[in-house]
Amino acid sequence: MHQLYLTVGPTRFRLASTWRRPLDQLAALYKDYPTSQDGYADFTVRLEPEKPWRRYFRPSVHISGDFWLPDAAPLPLDQSLLAAEMGMNLQMALGWRRHLLLHASSVEKDGKALLMTGLSGSGKSTLSAMLAEKGWRFMGDEFALLNPDTGMAHSFPRLISLKNEAIAAMQAIVPENRFGPLMKGTPKGDIRHIVPPLDAVNRMVDAAKPALLLFPRFGHDPALRDMGKSEIFVRLTQASTNYVALGETGFRALTQFVDTVPTRAMDYQSGDQAEELIDSLWSKLP
Amino acid sequence: MMRDAQPLVDALREPETVLSLDGAGWTNLISIARAESLIGSLAHRLAEIAVPEQVGPILKDAIQATDLARQQALWEADCARRALAPLNCKVVLMKGTAYVAADLDAGVGRSIGDLDIMVAQDSLPAVEEALLDASWEWVKPDPYDDQYYRKHMHELPPLIHRDRDRMIDVHHTTLPLTAKPTPNPQAMLDAAIRLESSLYVMAPADMVLHSVAHLFADGDLAGGLRNLWDIDRLVRQFAEADEGFWTELGVRARLHQLEPHLARALRLAARLYDTPVYKYRAGHAKFADYLYIRRLLARDGWGRETRKFTRQAFYIRSHWLRMPPLMLVRHLWTKWRKG
Repeated sequence: MHQLYLTVGPTRFRLASTWRRPLDQLAALYKDYPTSQDGYADFTVRLEPEKPWRRYFRPSVHISGDFWLPDAAPLPLDQSLLAAEMGMNLQMALGWRRHLLLHASSVEKDGKALLMTGLSGSGKSTLSAMLAEKGWRFMGDEFALLNPDTGMAHSFPRLISLKNEAIAAMQAIVPENRFGPLMKGTPKGDIRHIVPPLDAVNRMVDAAKPALLLFPRFGHDPALRDMGKSEIFVRLTQASTNYVALGETGFRALTQFVDTVPTRAMDYQSGDQAEELIDSLWSKLP
Repeated sequence: MMRDAQPLVDALREPETVLSLDGAGWTNLISIARAESLIGSLAHRLAEIAVPEQVGPILKDAIQATDLARQQALWEADCARRALAPLNCKVVLMKGTAYVAADLDAGVGRSIGDLDIMVAQDSLPAVEEALLDASWEWVKPDPYDDQYYRKHMHELPPLIHRDRDRMIDVHHTTLPLTAKPTPNPQAMLDAAIRLESSLYVMAPADMVLHSVAHLFADGDLAGGLRNLWDIDRLVRQFAEADEGFWTELGVRARLHQLEPHLARALRLAARLYDTPVYKYRAGHAKFADYLYIRRLLARDGWGRETRKFTRQAFYIRSHWLRMPPLMLVRHLWTKWRKG
């Protein structure tokens, strides 16, 4: 097995793969991230053939590791970069306990964090990528990590995963050399990764105080709506991968978050509209 | 790269062995321990060891995760107790839930999945009905599987709770009815010990023997290292508390037709975990012990299953032990046709 160690935010991964390709791709895209050469890791991710003969013949990549799902579908070898990213996400979602994990994107300005959560297709990932090019520090497009003791948001800035139409939209503002390979026809559609801005990588251990939570929704007339605390709470329990696993700690962290962080539902039809709405809210924050 | 699970066994047996590990060695150990569901037990075992700062948080996570597993297991047991209370029948907790309910060393850091209980065979229909009334549902709606369980197995088809998403296995004995040894379930129920909660756990000797039966006569040794660790913890604690334990264990092993199985389990536990065993119960080493050890340690430092041939042989053997040959052929044929 080939291996590669990667550090993203607070987490150290050991990736092991039957093929060199996904690890070479990862090494190139994560070249500015800190490397750990001491051999320690919080999680091991494994990429292996689904069956022994599928190493060479119509190679298919089975994702597993310290934590795994019994029914994970294998991916073709030309999507092995996606498989590696999914493998790392899986370890976090099922195994990480040092923070409450919210399935949310996050960006920071002036030490304060903006979190965006919502269903797939809400545009939270694209919005965070866009804001990262406009003066905000990118903290993550997949998981926001809440420290249960301090309430602070921690960064998990892995590669930004763009889907379908978002790829062309971001190609307009991000230079080509920050893009990974285009993977067509994945289970989630066309996918292309971008490397976060260097500043996001250099400052990935800096925490920020959560200041605003948005539930963006793409494709509707621009609007901001208040939400009831109980609705916010329930939707965040659904957006958290480890709320149940943390038990009482998770409950305390989440209720404190809902009690203290201003929250809005935001409808928008374009990046410019979203940016305008976000700026209007941000400028009124205490 | 570590080629087998020996480092995990060493760390559990003698925690000081981890002091010689480098970073990669630790990462291997952790992957193996997670794969064998022994990470919580390992974390507790290393409580007194000065581990590297990169490792401390991983072990702390494992302790917290198993603390929660304990709490959830006890809650699940209490849910079952309340559902079955009107029936006034003995409900005996088994495996992990029993170890934590009785506050035994074997429960420290143990991962616990399903709730396993045992009731008298003649109260099965009432128990089934009471659980269905209390929002448990069938997991396997397949009629062949359902019939198979009811006719040949030692437990009802598994039930899952609609809201809590937790499984319960209701046993009426400890081994499939088609297996060769026939443990005496009535004797187990009669000797069971009542806890404060009014739930029961098996008496010490029976508890060890159930773990032994589970390890050898019912399965392909998957999870075997953990099962053997349970046996190590139980035997140490019971033998220390009661000097009549070894005698009682012999009497009960004969009663439940598990003498050779017990002997092998004790030899393997002594070999891997240095379990202090009474030599007349453990008997003489056999060549097959070596194959069992090979199978139990079949995992590499990436956390992968290894020794495919040995694993496959034990898998086939497990079916062989569960049912007579003709029945096995019929069963596999039906399963194969259903894909």
